[in-house]
Amino acid sequence: MLEQQLVNALSLGCVYALFALGFTLIFGVLGVINLSHGAVFMVGAYAAVEVMARFSLPLWAGMLFAFVFCGALGLLIDFLVLKPLRARNAPHLIPMIATIGVAIIINNGIQGIFGAQNIRFPQGVISDQSMSLGGIHLTALELGIILLSFALMAVLLLALKRTQLGRALRAIAESPKAAHLVGVNVEGLFFMTSFAAAALGGLAGVLIGLYSNAVFPLMGQPMLHKGIAVIILGGMGDIRGALLGGLFLGFAEVLSVAYIGSTMRDAVAFGLLFLVLLLRPKGLFGTLQERKV
Amino acid sequence: MDSLANFWSVYSNLVLSLGTNALLALSIWLTLSCGMLAMANAAFMGIGAYTSAILTMNYGAPFPVAIAAGMAAPALTAFIIGKPTLRLSGVYLAMATLAFGEVVRIVILNAESLTGGALGLNGIPPSTQWWHVLLAVGLVLLMLWRLRRSKIGRAFEAIKEDETAAGLMGIDVGAHKMLAFVLGGAIAGLAGTLNAHLTFFIGPNEFGFDRGVDILTMAVLGGINALTGPVLGAVILTILPESLRAFGDFRLVVNGVILVLIVLFLPKGIWDPARIRRWFGRKGVPA
Repeated sequence: MLEQQLVNALSLGCVYALFALGFTLIFGVLGVINLSHGAVFMVGAYAAVEVMARFSLPLWAGMLFAFVFCGALGLLIDFLVLKPLRARNAPHLIPMIATIGVAIIINNGIQGIFGAQNIRFPQGVISDQSMSLGGIHLTALELGIILLSFALMAVLLLALKRTQLGRALRAIAESPKAAHLVGVNVEGLFFMTSFAAAALGGLAGVLIGLYSNAVFPLMGQPMLHKGIAVIILGGMGDIRGALLGGLFLGFAEVLSVAYIGSTMRDAVAFGLLFLVLLLRPKGLFGTLQERKV
Repeated sequence: MDSLANFWSVYSNLVLSLGTNALLALSIWLTLSCGMLAMANAAFMGIGAYTSAILTMNYGAPFPVAIAAGMAAPALTAFIIGKPTLRLSGVYLAMATLAFGEVVRIVILNAESLTGGALGLNGIPPSTQWWHVLLAVGLVLLMLWRLRRSKIGRAFEAIKEDETAAGLMGIDVGAHKMLAFVLGGAIAGLAGTLNAHLTFFIGPNEFGFDRGVDILTMAVLGGINALTGPVLGAVILTILPESLRAFGDFRLVVNGVILVLIVLFLPKGIWDPARIRRWFGRKGVPA
């Protein structure tokens, strides 16, 4: 039984990690707590369902469309809202408040267009194939989620560690001004980060939509709260931290449902978070920058 | 007079929630003015609301007692969690307090025998009169205004500007932060108590993450450099969704657009003393 729970936890944790990855990228590079990330996540699910239902496309096409569409949405948000605020040197709480406004617009816009009810992926999209490995039951969907998440995270980690682009991004995370002085195209990379973060968020939306087979306008809000928990657990702005934090949260939730009871599922995430912050403010895996006078 | 009575019967709840929202915005302003981004105010509001409602419903406590308890309970909670929490700063403090808020919400949700769980508490006696709200806002404003001009207020300002420097000047940073946090909790509890005895019903989801973010939005949107700001922000954010009814399903979309536009064009908040002084070209005392 325990093995089965661990597999479930792994696939759930992977989606949390994927969502938190975009969240943490934006915080690390742009320094903004992007509270519209949950709304972008939800748009990803809607984009996939709509394009697949309308043009009877296969799942991979729906995912690709959601990825690109959400990326474009992220770019748009950056261009219309975050960039002007950067140009004005707004105090650091202000971009966060602006993203609250963006989330209100997107959530209610989608609700106005598609209604508040659940919509589902077309019949037959989710393969009901499954395999058994030594008593563990693994559906094709779970396997797909796990493989896709790990592949994407590996690509992202390698890109950040090994490529010139990754080095430039890490330089910006240290100090945008200094990065600019040594010739990094800061604005361009901000745009790219916004695109990548939103695209990953949208993809996570499709995966969760498939996982629970329910897509609705407010599906991003609980995810957003969990995303916050994950990046705190992992250390703010830390890519590996988002990954480990996501997996950690997935395991903590599934195991607490299995052994304590389902009502306390959400309390686990935030109780853990509260404890971690008190005992280890830099997060489980992060390093804290000390501010000196 | 008829039209006035008519207006009141339709909008009295809206007008009175202006008052409670103003109290909430002021409660977060207090911690912001001490340089802390603490977002537990929704939870404190909830603790106050539930404490007072349980007292009046189950124990028949008189309203003044309920108000006192509704302020004392969150203040005490703030005092207990303040010790470990207030060591954190910046975003970390915000996240810890948000997480605390979620824990409070979930505890309320699960303590069914006392709080009614997800169904909430129904049939709270409507003891709040319009003048209670007015008096509460007036008293809190007066207290905060006096506080701002006192030694404590100046200490808050020093801590906000630079914590380390303030400590070196001999200000007890920890004690002042704790004071702001506890007072903020008490004000939020007051708002929760008044609101609970106004709306007849309270449920755990009213005091969650979204409410916490709403409270912060009111204060920041209004401007945190003067007491006028949070009140103005509360008024605007309360009235805006109501005044946009003409847009039907998309009224909250318009609401969001206006919010973003205000933030884009007035990043220091709507009420910015420096800008207003510039407009009128006089060099008044800093508000």
